[in-house]
Amino acid sequence: MRLTQGTFSYLPDLTDEQIQAQVQYCLDNDWPVAVEYTDDPHPRNIYWTMWGLPMFDLLDAAGVMHEINACRHAFPNHYIRVTGYDRRLGRQTTALSFIVNRPAEEPGFYLERQEGADRQVRYTLRAYAAVRPSGQRYG
Amino acid sequence: MNPVQTLDQVIDLDAAYRESNVQAILDELDRELVGLTPVKRRIREIAALLLIARLRERAGLSTERPSLHMSFTGRPGTGKTTVALRMSKILHHLGYVRRGHLVVATRDDLVGQYVGHTAPKTKEVLKKAMGGVLFIDEAYYLYRPENERDYGQEAIEMLLQVMENQRDDLVVILAGYKDRMDTFFQANPGFHSRIAHHLAFPDYTLDELMAIAELMLQQQNYHFDTEARLAFAAYLALRVQQPHFANARSVRNALDRVKLRQANRLIARGGQIDAGELMRLDAADIRASRVFRGGLDTEDTGTPQG
Amino acid sequence: MAHAKNGNKGRWSAGVTPYAEMGYYNADYIPKDTDILCAFRIVPQEGIEPIEAAAAVAGESSTATWTVVWTDRLTAHEHYQAKCYRVDPVSGTNQYIAYIAYDLDLFEEGSIANLTSSIIGNVFGFKALKSLRLEDMRIPPHYTKTFQGPPHGIIMEREYLNKYGRPLLGATVKPKLGLSARNYGRVVYEALLGGLDFTKDDENINSQPFMRWRDRFLFCMEAVNKAQAVTGEIKGHYLNVTAGTMEEMYERADFAKELGSVIIMIDLTIGYTAIQSMSKWARKNGVILHLHRAGHGTYTRQKTHGVSFRVIAKWMRLAGVDHIHAGTIVGKLEGDPHNVQGYYATLRGDKVDANPLLGLYFDQDWASMPGTMPVASGGIHAGQMHQLLHYLGEDVVLQFGGGTIGHPDGIAEGAAANRIAVEAMIQARNEGRDTLSEGPEILARAARWSPSLHKALEVWKDVTFNFESTDTPDVVVTPTY
Repeated sequence: MRLTQGTFSYLPDLTDEQIQAQVQYCLDNDWPVAVEYTDDPHPRNIYWTMWGLPMFDLLDAAGVMHEINACRHAFPNHYIRVTGYDRRLGRQTTALSFIVNRPAEEPGFYLERQEGADRQVRYTLRAYAAVRPSGQRYG
Repeated sequence: MNPVQTLDQVIDLDAAYRESNVQAILDELDRELVGLTPVKRRIREIAALLLIARLRERAGLSTERPSLHMSFTGRPGTGKTTVALRMSKILHHLGYVRRGHLVVATRDDLVGQYVGHTAPKTKEVLKKAMGGVLFIDEAYYLYRPENERDYGQEAIEMLLQVMENQRDDLVVILAGYKDRMDTFFQANPGFHSRIAHHLAFPDYTLDELMAIAELMLQQQNYHFDTEARLAFAAYLALRVQQPHFANARSVRNALDRVKLRQANRLIARGGQIDAGELMRLDAADIRASRVFRGGLDTEDTGTPQG
Repeated sequence: MAHAKNGNKGRWSAGVTPYAEMGYYNADYIPKDTDILCAFRIVPQEGIEPIEAAAAVAGESSTATWTVVWTDRLTAHEHYQAKCYRVDPVSGTNQYIAYIAYDLDLFEEGSIANLTSSIIGNVFGFKALKSLRLEDMRIPPHYTKTFQGPPHGIIMEREYLNKYGRPLLGATVKPKLGLSARNYGRVVYEALLGGLDFTKDDENINSQPFMRWRDRFLFCMEAVNKAQAVTGEIKGHYLNVTAGTMEEMYERADFAKELGSVIIMIDLTIGYTAIQSMSKWARKNGVILHLHRAGHGTYTRQKTHGVSFRVIAKWMRLAGVDHIHAGTIVGKLEGDPHNVQGYYATLRGDKVDANPLLGLYFDQDWASMPGTMPVASGGIHAGQMHQLLHYLGEDVVLQFGGGTIGHPDGIAEGAAANRIAVEAMIQARNEGRDTLSEGPEILARAARWSPSLHKALEVWKDVTFNFESTDTPDVVVTPTY
């Protein structure tokens, strides 16, 4: 399967040049950019691990690319996302968030159904990979 | 592009120069900085070299990007930071750096005090400077051979790596006193080999220092009267002999003290005065300086009483 | 009649006094910060002075009745009476814009029913007027703060769904009526799996003999959960809980929540009070509330009579809905581009400036009330993505019903076409391309690697709905040369 979280998951994986352009768009909007990674792709897994602090006061995307590459180097088989954050009053939220690295194999999710009375079913989503301990999940 | 096809292609050099907008920056530099003739000449040469390199690249004649890292040597107050600021604009207009901003850093910004502090600090500064110019003032403080476990070495290694591998992202200018920079380069040949342009900033002559003073006063709506001008020339002649002389910076500090004394003189006199008197600096304001009595200038203590 | 001549009659003499002379018109009145202001478009009957007609509107929507009553004198009547303070002719027509100020004391806190009973309660049938339209309202923060507004709002919805930086995508299940619950769920599954974020019940899908609500809810939630497992994304289906009674609606909404639905849906036809009740329920239960504006066209569409949709939009943001249908500009349903952009600004902004070009008569300060996500639905398709993004922006749900389900290769392919189109357009916009003019080329380039987008562009390439709008702002841009 292909995890389709993030703004550009239906496009072919972005090249570094394309990633740089999106990061520059964030910086030009005065959005600090953060790099985060995880090996638990559950859609309710909000808090991916922060690769350092969000990068404030950068003018050029090259600095962010440096961190993305360092994170990829450290976690080649994790999901890595890049996030632009808009601190303006009334927003104070993520403005853009897209995946820049994913495991070579994405086994996907198991949908567990627990049948109840009156035809109701309780659903639970489990990432196949997350069954193993963190760090041993992809390859 | 295939160079063979472009050999007959005519390039309008004037248009390319106009487009680059470099002349406007050079003009600005001329207006802004008195003297510095050799430095300005070198900047013109570098700008020409870079413009031609850009055109050669467009014509498919070269693919190698020229090395752009520089060293600026000279005593304090000789205009190194100001020139660096203009240099970053020139590099930006010629398309060698993407944003054209200048980040000024010293050892304290790059080197931490504990194990593990230096790498993040240096990385932070490097990331902020990406797309522009990183100006490292008194760069030799990064290197402290007397302490073999000094964390400066870590910053030096990171700098060298970026200067080599991310030449498209960042231009580094190392600055400081000439003699100390020479020692620094001898001990760190890696820097020396990566620096393409060495610019030496000479001390200002007395005439230039006078011109700088007049320019500063003009910008602030002050002026010397005839006597005061002579007095200030005399002051400068004495001051340059003293230790800690810092060229334009010392002129600025001296003028600040002169203005203070003018203010005190006016208040003490009281009564009614016109705008001309508010602008005029007289000889007494200058000759009250300790420098005339053989005393040391105290500007480095930060107390404006000299 | 109210326009009868007064002669030398005193203010309190029994009989009929013109409204304007009873204080309902006061050109010197300076509206207070706390006043609710209204702009009415009025067309007086022949022979009625515009000022008197406007004063009559102020009177009939506040304290007055057709004749003088002595009991007025038992009140601080000058405080309670609404004041028309300005009447502007609309050039080239028999219409006037009347500006009326209402004191805050006239309204019960937190009640759209009371607000609307006052302001549009009686006056629209008034004989002295040929027609009357409520164009806009300025709701002061003092009154806004008596409502809680959208239970989640745009920001919270995005954080809840974990979707940022692009319009959300939806589709209404078609055909509107007749599908069995099992087949209905199939459409939901295919559309969500293909790439949409939401699917939606239509406004008239409630609980009919061909598909009872409980069956629909069960099958749809199987589809939603399965699509989540296949994509790893949060998905939702707007389960329409509209029903004949509040009790019935609560029962359906509770069941939707129990099944884990992130969103439910109601129709405007349930009424303002029911909407406020459902808003309270949605806040308490953490479920996003989608509102379909069913029926609004009966009173919002004509320029000279009724209530403008920008007013309905304001009421609904106060009443507290997270989503509201607000027009597409390029689709099949009525909506002048400028007016629609005005609705969107009203729903999403915090401090929205008056802008005659967008039909906005007043500055509106929402005092940090969360925004309502506008929904664009009706006759839109992937080939219009650049226009949709240009006119409607990023915080919007684009609903492609036919434009998903009608795809020749199937529903999932149709959904994928829409998702690819929106992502490609956002990518290009962020890269600094001029998407409005380069849009078709950007789509064509993506279609080179995406057969589903390629087919979608082929099928609907010539579909547009260019009809003249029935409601446009009075002000238009005049080109400057």
